[in-house]
Amino acid sequence: MLTLSLSHFLILGAILFAISIVGIFLNRKNLLVLLMAIELMLLSVNMNFVAFSHYLQDISGQIFVFFILTVAAAESAIGLAILIVLFRNLKSIHVDDLGSLKG
Amino acid sequence: MDIQTAVFYFLSAILIFASLRVITARNPIHAALHLILAFFTCGGIWALLQAEFLAIALILVYVGAVMVLFLFVVMMLDINIDKIRQGFWNYLPLGALVGMLMVMEMGLVLGSKYFQVAAADAMVPAGVSNTKEIGALMFSEYVYPFELASIVLLVGMIAAIVLTYRGPKKSKYTNPNQQVFVKAKDRMRVLQMPVEKD
Repeated sequence: MLTLSLSHFLILGAILFAISIVGIFLNRKNLLVLLMAIELMLLSVNMNFVAFSHYLQDISGQIFVFFILTVAAAESAIGLAILIVLFRNLKSIHVDDLGSLKG
Repeated sequence: MDIQTAVFYFLSAILIFASLRVITARNPIHAALHLILAFFTCGGIWALLQAEFLAIALILVYVGAVMVLFLFVVMMLDINIDKIRQGFWNYLPLGALVGMLMVMEMGLVLGSKYFQVAAADAMVPAGVSNTKEIGALMFSEYVYPFELASIVLLVGMIAAIVLTYRGPKKSKYTNPNQQVFVKAKDRMRVLQMPVEKD
C-alpha cells in the first residue's frame, strides 16, 4: 500500500474509467458532457498504457499513447463539428430532439 | 511513505475529484474547466511514471488545443441547462451502484499480487532521454503508423471543415458548373425592331 507499484496506477485508471461510464449514464441527454466523458475514458486507457510501459520497461506503450492522443484529437474535432451542425439545424442539442431519422 | 507515493496519492485525489466534477457539474463550462484540471493532473502522474514527453504532449495538445475547442463550442451553443439535466437524479443511484461494482471488481483483479511490481525495479537510469527513445522508435519501427496518424489528422481536419462550411455568403463568386453549360442565348438577346427612317 505504501510503496508505489503497478497496481496503484492500474486501479487509478480503473476508477477513472468507471467514473466516465457513470458520467455517460447520468448525462445521456447532454451531448457535450458525453464527449467529455469519452475523453476521460481515453485518458484512463492512456494511463494504463503509460503505467505498463514504465513497469515493463518497454517504450512501445508510450508510442501507442501518442497514437491514441492523435485519434482522440481527431475524434473530438469531428464530434464538436457534428454538434455545431446539429445545433445550427435544430437550435438545441437535446438528445430527444434528434429523432428526425425515425420518420 | 516516500515522497513519490505521497505525490501519487495527492495527484490522484485531485484527478478523481476533477473527473467527478466533470460528470456532475451543472454548467458545461465548469465541466470543461474541471476536465482541463484532470488533464493537467494526469500530466503530473505521467511525469511521475517517467513519461516526460507524453506528459508535456498531453498538456500541450489537450489543454492547449482540444479543451480550448471544447470551451469555444460550449460558449457558442445556447444550452437550456434544466432540459439537459433531465433524468440526472433518476439515474444517479443505479449509475453509482454500477460504477462502485466496476471499481470493486477491477480493484480485486488489479490489486492482486501479480500486479505488485515494485517501482524500484522499473526506474529508468539517469541520462536516458525519454523523448529521444520515443523518437528513435517512432521513426524506425513505427514509421508507417506515424504516417497513418498524419492521415487521420488530415481526414479529421477536412471533415470538420466540410461539416461546418456554409459556403461563401457575403462575397460574389462564380460557379464554374454554370459557366461551362451556359449558352449564347442565355447571355445575348436579339431584338427584332422596325428600321427607323427620318
